[in-house]
Amino acid sequence: MSNLEQARALVKRGQVMTVIAVTAIALCAVRALLFTPVERFQGPAQKIFYLHVPAAWSAFLAFGLVGIVSGLYLWLDDRRLDLFAEASAETGTILTAIVLITGPIWGKPIWGAWWVWDARLTSTLFLFFIFIGYHSLRAAVHDPQDRARFSAVLGILGAMLIPFIHLTVYLFRTQHPMPVVARPEGPTLPGVMLLTLLLSLGAFTLLYLGWTTLRYGIGRVREAREELHDATA
Amino acid sequence: MIRLALTIAAKDLRAELRSRTALVTALAFAALVLVLFEFARDPTRLTAALLAPSAVWITGTFAATLTLGRAFSTEQDHHAMDGLLLAPVPREAIFIGKWLGALAFALAIDVLIVPLAVLFFNLRMTAEALAGIALVLVLAKVGFTAVGTVFSALVAKLRSKELLLPLLVLPFLVPPLIGGVQATARLLDGQPLSDVSGWLRLLLAYDLVFVVGGLLVFPRLLDE
Repeated sequence: MSNLEQARALVKRGQVMTVIAVTAIALCAVRALLFTPVERFQGPAQKIFYLHVPAAWSAFLAFGLVGIVSGLYLWLDDRRLDLFAEASAETGTILTAIVLITGPIWGKPIWGAWWVWDARLTSTLFLFFIFIGYHSLRAAVHDPQDRARFSAVLGILGAMLIPFIHLTVYLFRTQHPMPVVARPEGPTLPGVMLLTLLLSLGAFTLLYLGWTTLRYGIGRVREAREELHDATA
Repeated sequence: MIRLALTIAAKDLRAELRSRTALVTALAFAALVLVLFEFARDPTRLTAALLAPSAVWITGTFAATLTLGRAFSTEQDHHAMDGLLLAPVPREAIFIGKWLGALAFALAIDVLIVPLAVLFFNLRMTAEALAGIALVLVLAKVGFTAVGTVFSALVAKLRSKELLLPLLVLPFLVPPLIGGVQATARLLDGQPLSDVSGWLRLLLAYDLVFVVGGLLVFPRLLDE
């Protein structure tokens, strides 16, 4: 199978995964709205939790993978790693935007304010800024090898920065609810709600994988076409 | 390697002191921004002393950000960078040299800003507070200029570098800025240095992570 055919197959696979993921997210939303009990203190507003938290999880997954793959790129110099980092960063930008939009919608009725300068909110906002910088940088560099190296450096430094921002703002002030799932004593979230959350987490992870595969496939198609063009020229 | 790094830093500073264009411009810029802070304040609602830490930190870090790009953009003229790369100098030494040069530049700006802030904002500054603030300024600038040096090398050849450099660097300002402002405000308030040791440790960790990180990634930036 030629490079181009391989890349096209990746795009196809990404499309199929995305369709499955979007369907799964829709089903999770139905389950969250109709078949999961209303939270006692927050009321219906808490329903956005099943969208907000999984989106945040997959945004940070996207970002973490950009950091790891960037490090691997600087080490191994494989073009495909750069294409994957680009794909993951693009997916991550959209997911981060979803987090930043759903967050204030949840915050307004519960905290009484659309925006507060809390640790997790601030680190997500800066995640978004770094993704924007990442795309601007990629757009500004024309040489593919320079672009790959430069954006890998930004990817690594960015991955080192986000925990720092989180820690600093946490020491500064924080307002987010305490973790209800990932805590040493085990989850405090009731079973039905936890199941809905986990299903939604799975659906969003699949959405991340689908989008990233799709975007990675597009990058590969573009590269294969350039190779063909160079070969014939 | 340290000697080579110092040679590079000394070369940059000497070039800067001879032309003086960047240093004078940066100092004038910093003084102007500090004045603008005073006018951006409603004197009946916000006292000068309350605004002073923010003014000092925003002015100092923005002026430093403006000058960061110079570390490598000046090397682009007459292909000076090629000469530096051809010299038998490890890439790490180039990084350390450029970083020390940028650090000296950023601290020179702070040396002007702090007395000006004391003057403009009528601050009561004890010797103890001044020593503490100096320590905090140094700690904050060490890590920040290390990151800045990496990005300065990264954008040096790009056409949109003036816009891109602040976009890439400013997020990295958040930890040192928060730590710096918090510590400065407490020290100005007369609290002892031991009260801000948490922030000092945070700044130290930031310095360590980004100086080491810069050293590790920088050599790959100069590959041709």
